[in-house]
Amino acid sequence: MKICLKIVSGHFYGDNGKMKEYHYTGPVEHRFSPYSFNGGTVLAVAGEDFAIVASDTRLSEGYSIHSRDSPKCYKLTNTTVIGCSGFHGDCLTLTKIIDARLKMYKHSNNKSMTSGAIAAMLSTILYGRRFFPYYVYNIIGGLDEEGKGAVYSFDPVGSYQRDTYKAGGSASAMLQPLLDNQIGFKNMEGVQHLPLNQEKAVQLVKDVFISAAERDVYTGDALRICIVTKEGIKEETVPLRKD
Amino acid sequence: MALANVLQSESVDFSNYGRKCRGFSSSLYETELGLESVGGDNLSFAVRTACSDGDGPERKIQFLHGTTTLAFKFQHGVIVAVDSRATAGAYIASQTVKKVIEINPYLLGTMAGGAADCSFWERLLARQCRVYELRNKERISVAAASKLLANMVYQYKGMGLSMGTMVCGWDKTGPGLYYVDSEGNRVCGDLFAVGSGSMYAYGIVDSGLKQKDLTVEEACDLGCRAIYQATYRDAYSGGQVNLYHVHSEGWNRVSQSDVLMLHQQYQAEKA
Repeated sequence: MKICLKIVSGHFYGDNGKMKEYHYTGPVEHRFSPYSFNGGTVLAVAGEDFAIVASDTRLSEGYSIHSRDSPKCYKLTNTTVIGCSGFHGDCLTLTKIIDARLKMYKHSNNKSMTSGAIAAMLSTILYGRRFFPYYVYNIIGGLDEEGKGAVYSFDPVGSYQRDTYKAGGSASAMLQPLLDNQIGFKNMEGVQHLPLNQEKAVQLVKDVFISAAERDVYTGDALRICIVTKEGIKEETVPLRKD
Repeated sequence: MALANVLQSESVDFSNYGRKCRGFSSSLYETELGLESVGGDNLSFAVRTACSDGDGPERKIQFLHGTTTLAFKFQHGVIVAVDSRATAGAYIASQTVKKVIEINPYLLGTMAGGAADCSFWERLLARQCRVYELRNKERISVAAASKLLANMVYQYKGMGLSMGTMVCGWDKTGPGLYYVDSEGNRVCGDLFAVGSGSMYAYGIVDSGLKQKDLTVEEACDLGCRAIYQATYRDAYSGGQVNLYHVHSEGWNRVSQSDVLMLHQQYQAEKA
């Protein structure tokens, strides 16, 4: 097992425990990168008749924090919310494009798009940029036509599938195993599989983000929770660690 | 979630994009692939060998790798068996990926390589197959369907698509099985296994297929066993075994078994 050495001072420790020295070695070529990573974690959970989409509100770049109030959940329709994390520029453009396409659909078909249709459409929008992808990890949460909770998770080029719960973004590797255990009852023997009710789900989401903020530098500041039910979309904000 | 690359170990390095991104228009009508703007630029998703991640907070987009898919013909049709794991580096992004794509009620396609590539082009194939049916008033043959797919992706050869799929079906010449990939290969065969766990799967199926006339149940069991063994030995395959059987009336989903359950079942049988 590799021990992760903590950086406590300006010196950096290499693999063999000795200090690595950083000094200028020669000309360094810097290439322009059209992408940057702005951090953030998104999570969605589908219940029997509700869906929850939650995200932290920290916007970072490199070692700095640009904003403590930049939520990553965007409301699309009365029954669908999307969470986007990754490169903030692409997140903004992508949500603008989705909004425009939703309006066009509404005007041509005289009805709102269903969650499943939005997911299928987003897949083709993302694949349209197969050779210069949107650097965005999307998760859609909402209600399907029958009123049941639905979560659709995507990759940057448009592959998607329907899930019951999914975590995406910088702390996803920390959150997903916890959700597997608490919602999916994975690796638990002799436990009753109780269906998730709304209160328990919201509390679980809060706990999970508090844990993520403890151990992921890009997650923190505040948590924005959007709860989608047939009555509409309710928003809740919970403070998180600001360090 | 990040289902992009299910076959090879790759993580995308986007530092080449600065120079090559000119010429891409961003139109609202993203259903068109922007075919005009793509030609010529040789973009590849080939990875540099892993550079140290310790250079500050640089992040690379991680695509997924690792899979085992197999299909074989037998007397009563075609058996298609796949695993359901998708990995991004050492992280398992999903254990419930659907690697069999239902093109139409009598044609199936498997997914290996880039998940988005596979699902997008096979969905387009479904559309083309339907158009063929409407124009010709008869079902498309497996050979023709696989040819359509092969020709569609051949136009993008060299641009970095990653797709290794098996088109399986039943047409008027009997069971059909073709392997099509993004390099331009299209081969007909009786048995194919694709993915990082394919070698383990070949071992099991080759030994089990020695007996000539398998019953449907024996064949399903063989397919399931082969994928299970591949998940046992290949770190990048796992999750569930999805089993399909294609016969003269079409395909039907035989079973979806969790590998952990299968392990306990086979252990009990051994004892």
